[in-house]
Order: sequence, then C-alpha cells, then structure tokens
Amino acid sequence: MSSGLTTVARINPPLPGRRAVLMTSAVSSASGLVNDSFEWFGNLGIFFWRVLRAAVTPPYEWRELVRQLDEVGSKSFPLVVMAGSAIGVIISLEARYSLSRFGAKSLFPATLVYSVLQVMGPIITGLVVSGRVGAGIGAELASMKVTEQIDAIEASAINPYRLLAATRILACILMLPLLTLVSDACALLMGWFAQTLVEPLSFHQFIQDGFKGATFNAFLPQTFKTAVYGLIIGLIACFQGMRTRGGAEGVGRAATNSVVLASLFVILADVVLVKFILVFFP
Amino acid sequence: MATACDIAMKQDRQEEDGSAPFVAVENLLKTFGSNTVLNGINLSVSRSETLAVLGRSGTGKSVLLRLIIGLEMPDSGSVCIRGQDIAGLSMDQMSAIRKKMGFLFQHAALYDSLTVSENVAFPLEHHRRDMPRSERGERVKQLLAEVGMEGDLDKMPSDISGGMQKRVGLARALALEPEILLLDEPTAGLDPISSGEINELILKLQRERQMASIVVTHDLHSARTIANRLALLNEGDVVIEGKFADFQQSEIEFVKEFLKQS
Repeated sequence: MSSGLTTVARINPPLPGRRAVLMTSAVSSASGLVNDSFEWFGNLGIFFWRVLRAAVTPPYEWRELVRQLDEVGSKSFPLVVMAGSAIGVIISLEARYSLSRFGAKSLFPATLVYSVLQVMGPIITGLVVSGRVGAGIGAELASMKVTEQIDAIEASAINPYRLLAATRILACILMLPLLTLVSDACALLMGWFAQTLVEPLSFHQFIQDGFKGATFNAFLPQTFKTAVYGLIIGLIACFQGMRTRGGAEGVGRAATNSVVLASLFVILADVVLVKFILVFFP
Repeated sequence: MATACDIAMKQDRQEEDGSAPFVAVENLLKTFGSNTVLNGINLSVSRSETLAVLGRSGTGKSVLLRLIIGLEMPDSGSVCIRGQDIAGLSMDQMSAIRKKMGFLFQHAALYDSLTVSENVAFPLEHHRRDMPRSERGERVKQLLAEVGMEGDLDKMPSDISGGMQKRVGLARALALEPEILLLDEPTAGLDPISSGEINELILKLQRERQMASIVVTHDLHSARTIANRLALLNEGDVVIEGKFADFQQSEIEFVKEFLKQS
C-alpha cells in the first residue's frame, strides 16, 4: 500500500513540487535559447568578418558578381512588379475610402505617394526579395555544402567566402534599392490607375499634387535604406546555407531558416532605420 | 626536438635523391566531441611515392585527407606540405599551398550546375586568368582525354555514371598540375571493371607525373595495385605501415583479420 502511494506520488508529485520542476525546466530551456542565440550571433559575426576580408582583397570575382546581379535583380523583377502593383491598388482603394469619409479627397495623391515611397514600397520589396532570393541562396549553398561542392572549391585553392558569399551579398545590396524604385513606380502607376477608373484624374495632376513640397530627403533615405535589407538578406542566407549539415533535411531547414530569419531581421531593421532616418533626415 | 616540418625541410634539401617527404604529419590528433578519430598518428609521403591508407569505415581515413588539405584543423600535431606547417595560415596563404595539391573527393563533388568541361576548366579559370580561352579549352580537352572522358565534354554531372564522375573529378584535381594528389576512396561504389580502370589510370598518372599520392581506401586489392606503401588505421592509430609483404607477415590480430576479410 505504502509502495503504491509512493509510486503515485512520484508520477504526480504534489503541486509545489510540480511547479518547481516546471520552473526549472523553463529556466533551463530559456538559458539554452539565450546561449544558442549568443552562439548564432557570434558565428554570424565571424562569418561576416571573413566575407568582408575576402571581399576587399583581390582577386575580385567580377564574373560571378555579374551573374548574381542578374540572379537577384532581373529574376526578381517580375515578382517585384506584381507586388508593387498590387500594393498600389490596395492603398489606392483604402485611401480613397478613408479620405472620402473625412472629406479630404484632395489629399489622395499625397497620401498615396507618401505611403508608397516612405513605408510600403521599401518593406514590401524587402520581404518579397527575402522570400525569393533568401530561399534561393540558402537552398543553393546548402545543397553545395552537403554535396561537398564548397569543400571542392576550397580544395581548388579558391576562397568560397569571396566566390560564393561576397558576390551574393554585394548583389543583394546593389539590387535592393533598384528593385525598390521599380516597386515604387509600379505602385504609384497602378494606384493612380485604380483611382482613375473610379474618378478621372490626369497623371500629370496626380504627380504634381503627390510630390508637392516634397524634398529628396523625404524619399531618398527610405529607398536607399533597402541596401541594408539587401545586406541582411544576403548575409543571413549565405550564412545559413554555408553552415548546413545533414543532407536533404538540412537543405530544407537552411532554406526555411534563411527566409524566416531574413524576413524577421528586415522588419526589425526597419524599426531601427525609420527612427534613424527621422533623426538624421528630418 | 625536431618537428615534422624541420625534418621535412632538411630532407627537402636532399630532394635530388627523390626521397624527401612532400607531405609529413606528426602526432596528429583530431577529435569530434568525445570521439577521438586520429590519436596522434605519424605518416609521410615522398615524391613519386603512393601511400595507401587502409582501415574500416569511420576510422578517420577521410578526416586525415581533409586535415592534410586544410579543410579541417587538427586538435594538436602538425601537417607539413613541402616543409611548411599549415597551422595558423590564413585562407589566402593556404590557397597558395593548395595550388600544389589535387583532391579527388569520395563522391567526386562535381559542380552540378556546370558541364563536365566547365568543371575541369574551373580551377584554370581562377588560377590561370592570363591563359587564353582557346588554350584553356585545349588543356581541358587534354585532361579529359587523359581520363578517357573526351567524348563527354558538354554533359552535366547528373547525366554520367559514378565512375565517370570520378574520372572527371580526377581530371579536375590534375588541372593545376599538382605535386601532391589526395584520393578519397577512388574505387568505392564502382563495379570491378570500373575499379580496375580507375586503378590503371592512377598508375599511369603516377608513371607520367611522378606526384606524391595518398590514397584512402578500404579496398585492399586497389591499395596493392596502386600503392608503394600501405598504412592500416584502427581506432585512431596506425596499426602497421609498410609493404604488402609486411602486412602478410604481421602477427597483429587486427591485421590478420583485415587481410582475411578483404
């Protein structure tokens, strides 16, 4: 009898005991998570330093850079055009409805221009490119890693940080602002078009009203901040890809992690960059 | 106390007699977590010599090659390539040493987005940038002809067999005319005829190029055919090193068992 009770007590310890067990387990998993995060950021820092050193020392991999510019830029073009156009139509519909309610329809062009150029264009481009390019780079490099192709590059006396990582990261940094301009242009054009279908407005008038009183400071930093998104997307995707282990499962994990982490850090970077731009480019 | 590098440098001066080691490893220790893969081993290979490293799967044979070419770093001990210790070298310094070495990976590790000829041209494009395109093309054809793959220039790696991939990998490893050739399981997974062809090919290359070679294999027949010297690894240690006759005369139980099962 007493032995049976002890067994039951062991399986279901009294409530305070169970709480202690749960708390210990929560504390240990939280400390594990913190340790893993520190390790991840430390390794990312070392990786970034290696890439930076490789990128600034010759020989330069111009041909691979051009190939990556095409891969990141030209091949993301249709996606960015579609995403930008859709955002333009959505903002147009929403803004027209909201402004009509408050009797401020005349502010429609400025609302659309500022919403697209300052907020939606850069972040939507960043997220779209992080999805397409982040997954592509992550999966490609991870596949090369698990099939020893990256080791083969290194064994051929070629620096893989220079050939594979630096070129991809630089291509992302250079192409993101250009893709953002494309996305912005499409959003404005389609926003105006959606408005014109309901209530005719000349494009010339739309542009004139939209950019009235605007300075370069209002738009340029917002567009060129996407170079930082490019750095984040390229760096995280290359890092996740080149540290992959474990066959096909590892490749899948690298692709997923590249997209998730790159998207997350793009959004977090936006928070910091918005504040930075507001302070330095008022 | 003289290190492996000191000995190698001293012997480098005596290179005319052809016996100075091109590769020397001393007290090489490598662990992965709690698993000791190499437990302080010593080996050396001279010019025109082929050393076959034998052993069961998972005894650190491939790790040894990766340590020699600097893809892994040892926990302790030294690896000297032509008298230079590779410990602590930067990636670009290591690259200068790797140009003297050719590496055939176990699964060939061909670049799957490039054709057969582009794979072989890859090291030349990066290290012989001044070489005219036509000359590079001729060199690639010549290398592929050496390994009997001259008819498959434009095929993708996924369109050729495992044996053919190893031949292309070998041609790529030879592209920079290395002094040292490292071969990781060159006949693993191949049928006996393809294995024989690869062995013949390696012998032919040795005769013509007089490189120092290290061949990692668990194929005793292949090792006997292509190597001047054999070393048997077990649990991180070199159990025996010498000619095949030494293996046959050995009284060590593991050696007897290995010969019996091979």
